[in-house]
Amino acid sequence: MRVQIPSSLLLRAVQAAALNTLIALGITVFGQESFATNLVYSQCIGLSILALIDGSSRWFIRDWPTQWRRLVLIVPLGASAGFLLGTLLADVLLGNTSSQYWLTQPRKAIGFLVLSLVAGTVLTYYFLSREQLAAERQKLEIARRQAAEAHLKLLETQLEPHMLFNTLANLRALITTDPPRATAMLDRMIAYLRATLSASRQGTHPLRAEFERLQDYLELMAVRMGPRLHYTLELPPELAEQPVPALLLQPLVENSLTHGLEPQVDGGRITVQARREGAQLVLEVSDTGIGLAAGNGTPGGTGFGLAQVRERLATEYGAQAALEFIADPAGGTRARITVPYQA
Amino acid sequence: MSITAHPTALIAEDEPLLAQALQAELARAWPALQVVGMAGNGEAAVAQALALQPDVLFFDIRMPALSGLEAAATLADAWPQAGPQGKPFPALVFVTAYDQYAVQAFEAQAVDYLLKPVQPERLQKTVAKVQLALANRSPGAMHFEATLAQLRHLLAAPATAAAAPSVPLRLLQASVGTAIRMVPVDEVLYFEAADKYVRVLTAEHEYLLRTPLSALLPQLDPQAFWQVHRGTVVRAAAVESVTRDEAGRLWLQLRSHPQRLAVSRLYAHLFKAM
Repeated sequence: MRVQIPSSLLLRAVQAAALNTLIALGITVFGQESFATNLVYSQCIGLSILALIDGSSRWFIRDWPTQWRRLVLIVPLGASAGFLLGTLLADVLLGNTSSQYWLTQPRKAIGFLVLSLVAGTVLTYYFLSREQLAAERQKLEIARRQAAEAHLKLLETQLEPHMLFNTLANLRALITTDPPRATAMLDRMIAYLRATLSASRQGTHPLRAEFERLQDYLELMAVRMGPRLHYTLELPPELAEQPVPALLLQPLVENSLTHGLEPQVDGGRITVQARREGAQLVLEVSDTGIGLAAGNGTPGGTGFGLAQVRERLATEYGAQAALEFIADPAGGTRARITVPYQA
Repeated sequence: MSITAHPTALIAEDEPLLAQALQAELARAWPALQVVGMAGNGEAAVAQALALQPDVLFFDIRMPALSGLEAAATLADAWPQAGPQGKPFPALVFVTAYDQYAVQAFEAQAVDYLLKPVQPERLQKTVAKVQLALANRSPGAMHFEATLAQLRHLLAAPATAAAAPSVPLRLLQASVGTAIRMVPVDEVLYFEAADKYVRVLTAEHEYLLRTPLSALLPQLDPQAFWQVHRGTVVRAAAVESVTRDEAGRLWLQLRSHPQRLAVSRLYAHLFKAM
C-alpha cells in the first residue's frame, strides 16, 4: 500500500464537521439532551480527534510508504485523547461537568468513546483512500503525459522539418527536370516515412529491413547533397535475419550527416557495417566528417537521438548492449553498437 | 542607374538541385535578371560576391563553412567602402527550408526571405520587392546602414531565442596542461574565436577554452562585454581609444594590452562620440 501525505486540512475539517453533525443528530433522536448540546459535544470531540490524529500523523509519520503502520497506534490513541479533550472543551463551553457520566452511566460513557473510536477510524480510512486515489491518478496522468511527449519527440527528430522541407524542395525541382528520378525519390521517401511512423510501435525487425531503411534515407540525402555524399552499406548475408530494434541506427547515420559531413565543404563518406564478433553482433556507423572534437554536438548522449538509441538498447538488451564513440585519428567519427548475437 | 537595367544575381545554395531550381524559377519570374554565379558554401559565396559584385544575393541559411547569415555579415564587412564609384551593397534574400527563429526575425525586417520549396507566387512577390528596392536605392550610406542593422538583428535572433542565463558568468575554467585554471571574468580583456576554441586574454596571460564563442557570448554581461567582430568580444571598459584608418576601418586600442582589435562594420555603430 502506498499512502501519500494527506493535504488540504480545511477540506477534511469540513467533512469531519459534517460527520459530527450527523452523529449529533443521531444521538438527539435516541437520547434526552437537546440537539444544540449534542452538537457542541460532537463537534468538540470530533474536531479534537481530527486535530490529534492529523497532527500526530504529521509528526510521527515522516515517510508514508514505510511508516504508515504507525496509524494502528495513532488512530485509537488520538481518538481516545480527542474524546477526553473534546469533552472537557465542551464542558467548559457549556458550563457542565460531564465526567459524572463515568460514574452514573458508565455504559453510556463507554458507548460515546467507542463511537468516537469508530468515527475516527472510519474517517481516517476515508481520507487516506481518497488521497491515495488522487495520488495514483496523478501518477498515471504524469506517466501518460511523459509517454506522449517521448513519442512526439521521437517523431520530431525523425521527421526533422529541415530535412523534410529540403527533401520536398528537391522533389519539386526533379518533377519538372527529371520525372523518373522524382518518382524514385518519392518512393524512397514513402518507404522512409512509413518506416518512421511505424518504428515506435514495431519493436524489432530483421537487420535486412534496417539496412533497407538506411538506404532509403541515405538515397534521399544523396539526391540532396549530390557529389558531397558517398555511402557504403555492408551487410553480410548470414546476418540479414538478425533482429534489431527498428530504425536503431537511423539517429547515428543522421548524426554523422548533420554533425560530420554537412559542415564540411567537400562532404565525405558514411559507412554502415554489420559483423559478428564471437557472441556479439557489431553495428558500426563511421564517417569522414569533421570529427568529435570539432563537432558542435558532443556525442556523449546529449542529443535526443543518441539518448533514444541508448534507451532502446537498454530496454531491449539491458547491460548486454553498448554504444560507444571512437574519434578517428584521421578525422571523422565511428559509432559502434554491440548487441548479443542471436544464434 | 544603369545597374537596374541588367541586374545580376548570385545564388548560394549547398544543394545543387535546389540551386538549379531557383535559377529556373527566377528565369521565369524575372527574365531580365542574370544569374552570374552559383556558390555551394558560405565561404565561396563571400568570395564570389566580392568578385562579381551582383545586385541581388540569394543566400541559403544552412550551408557548410559559413551559414548564409554569417556569409552576409562577412560580406558586409569586406564590401568595398561605398564611394561615388563604389557599388551599393546588394539586395539580400535569404532562403531557408525551416528555421523558426530566423523566420520570426525576417517577418519584422525589410530583408526578404523565401521558404523552400520555393513557390512561384511567393517568388514573384520577392522579385517585386527586390526590384522596388533596387530602383529606390542610392549609392549612399543609408541603405547600407539599414542592411547592417538588419543583419545584426538576424544574427542575434537565435542567441536571444535561447534563454540567456539570468546571472552572468563570473569564473572561466580553462585547462592548462592537466590542470584547470580558474580565471575570473573580471580579469578578461577580450575573447577571440580561434577555430572551435576561444582564446581568453587577460593583462598578463592567455588561456584557451574549449567552448565556441557563440556558446560563451550569451553567458556574458552584455553591458560589460561588447561583440565588435564575428570572432571578437571585448570588455568595453578595457578599450582606451578607437581610431579610423585610411580605409575607413575602426581599430580598438586597449589600456593594458598591446594588441589592436579590428571592429567589424556590423558593430561600428557601437563607437560614436557622445
